[in-house]
Amino acid sequence: MEIKSMHFKSRASAKLADVGLQHNLKKAKGKFVDKRRDAIADFCAQGGDFEALREAGKDLRNRVLADLDLWLEKFEANATARGATVLWAKDGAEACRLIVDIARKHGVKKATKSKSMLSEEAGLNQALEAAGIQPVETDLGEYILQINDNEPPSHIIAPVVHKSKEEIADLFARVHKKPRKTDIPEMTREAREVLREHFLSADMGISGGNFLVAETGSVALVTNEGNGRMVTTVPKVHVVITGIEKVIPTLEDLSLMLRLLIRSATGQHISNYVSVLTGTKGAADLDGPEHMYFVLVDNGRANLLAGEFNAMLRCIRCGACMNHCPVYQTIGGHAYGWVYPGPMGSVLTPLYTGMENALELPHAATLCNQCGVVCPVKIPLPELLRTLREKQVETNLQPLGERLALKAWAWVAARPALYALGTRFAVRYLNWLAGGRASIQVLGAAPGWTAGRDFPAPQGKTFREMYAARKRK
Amino acid sequence: MRVAFFVTCLVDLMRPRIGFASIRLLEAAGCEVVVPASQTCCGQPAFNSGDRAAASVLAKKVVAEFEAFEYVVAPSGSCADHIRTEYPGLLADEPEWHDRAVALASRVYELTDFLVNVAKVEALSSDFSGSVTYHDSCTGLRSLGIKNQPRLLLGKVPGVSVREMNGAEECCGFGGTFSVKFGEISAAIAQSKCDNIRAAGTDAIVGGDLGCLLNIEGKLRRMGDETPVLHIAEVLAGSESR
Ligand code: SF4
Repeated sequence: MEIKSMHFKSRASAKLADVGLQHNLKKAKGKFVDKRRDAIADFCAQGGDFEALREAGKDLRNRVLADLDLWLEKFEANATARGATVLWAKDGAEACRLIVDIARKHGVKKATKSKSMLSEEAGLNQALEAAGIQPVETDLGEYILQINDNEPPSHIIAPVVHKSKEEIADLFARVHKKPRKTDIPEMTREAREVLREHFLSADMGISGGNFLVAETGSVALVTNEGNGRMVTTVPKVHVVITGIEKVIPTLEDLSLMLRLLIRSATGQHISNYVSVLTGTKGAADLDGPEHMYFVLVDNGRANLLAGEFNAMLRCIRCGACMNHCPVYQTIGGHAYGWVYPGPMGSVLTPLYTGMENALELPHAATLCNQCGVVCPVKIPLPELLRTLREKQVETNLQPLGERLALKAWAWVAARPALYALGTRFAVRYLNWLAGGRASIQVLGAAPGWTAGRDFPAPQGKTFREMYAARKRK
Repeated sequence: MRVAFFVTCLVDLMRPRIGFASIRLLEAAGCEVVVPASQTCCGQPAFNSGDRAAASVLAKKVVAEFEAFEYVVAPSGSCADHIRTEYPGLLADEPEWHDRAVALASRVYELTDFLVNVAKVEALSSDFSGSVTYHDSCTGLRSLGIKNQPRLLLGKVPGVSVREMNGAEECCGFGGTFSVKFGEISAAIAQSKCDNIRAAGTDAIVGGDLGCLLNIEGKLRRMGDETPVLHIAEVLAGSESR
């Protein structure tokens, strides 16, 4: 997917001015946050300990990542034993090549897809189209985006959260060429009628993977619409595309991760569907794919394993960090400019696409740590964002003016006498600007502040001046 | 108890009365309060901007100035947390400084936390009266667990009634340099905070971190709302401190 993260600020600005979007974001914020809170309260009321669960989830993911190569080998061996083929891709482009090759080998004309963020990373749909293969998104949200001229998703689990029902009604009427409907079950039925055709005529199904289970060589899929099952069982070929970090050791571990993931993501106790898919169709099976492939993608992940950002690989893509982020809640996902939005996106985008392509993202956070306290695998997102800022300083990637201002301020702050002089001057200057009023409307030194709010005037003198004067009395 | 008062750079610059109110509260709680004269800033702005070198210089300065005292108290959860939680890691590469930072860390307190859990304040003589709503600042809340302490203290002031707003724990959008770098987003977050504040309809808004309070005050004033925005020390110490 094309990277537009360098334009974060101007994109955010446009999103703030979009009245419709602002309305949709407010609605979504309440839904996600309240549902998660209620689900966890419920879980705890029944004697569960969600904090202990988070700790266990973190430990499990850390354990896997410490021996990632071994778990992946184990996964490969068990998946292969069940008739699947495991392929490795070092980046998105290689993943696309592999999948196009698979499609060609099996004479595929049409591929149905269930949700996969890695497919977005790799730009898989474009690659399939270029090869003459028609990709059809079947997750309702992804379908809506695809028929809206391949609009990118704005959220990792709720891709059309930025759209209102009315906008979708307009889109359906235009694309489906049917009378406009606004009743959600009716709209869904209309989409299902379109999709049903595709489900039955596709020669290949492409899914993501929430988890890979090493002991059985299975992929686990968590969905709410049932489209995942149609995609993975009806066509003769099933391709799983997912990241190499998604492996976990056992089915027992899967049950732990599901308890964490689903409550954190949608606030359900369990999603409508949880599928654990293992191997190709056996002689006694009524359905299932004749050919099953895993395309396991690195795309920057292995590089993080040994370094200070390895905690990020624990991520299970639940979306809780963005749902609870005051910045995401205010501007939505598109402003971030790449596949992953919100706090996890602000960490992943510079790491996967290059620091210089996403300079603003690590700074686009108040460091309120709301993300850190909801993350089901306890990723210290604010700390990682700050570490990215440190990398920018180390490599001189921060704007020179800012760097110099900060250096000068810190230099003065280390010299108390000079600092006292500087602050005395500063309060007097600010008071002069305020001109006797309680606040300043335009502050040249910080126009960003006063564009949307006043800057309160200082009380008068500095504390240290006043304190020294009182002591002298 | 000998307590060193860490004024914080914002209180020094913008609201000295918060400093004096805090000192009054500490003295009323039986503490001997010392204000080290050479103090400036804890270095958090440098740390959060990714400048570890500058942040370490200021961290060492604070450690040297404050380590001799039994306790250090700051009228800010964010500054107290920076010294408590971040200094040891920041100075990890210099073993001697690291140890000194660790030795200091557990003795550094946010004001309300100190008054409740260390000084164990029973009664307050504030003459403040009116309804207030309390904004939980992020770092104090999520890193230091400052939640009940301010409410407990507000409950001891006879004239005060606390009314909770919706989303009291939601970030106000300040975020230090974030508020200037991403002014537009910051102000939009502040707007949603202020909508909740105004819906609570109290006589005053109270909080424990001046950065957030200036952000909230600035937004309210821009919205034409003149409701007083006060630091909790001002409320607890009453009018004598002002
Ligand atoms: S970083 Fe944590 S909260 Fe965010 S998507 Fe990943 S697992 Fe979920």
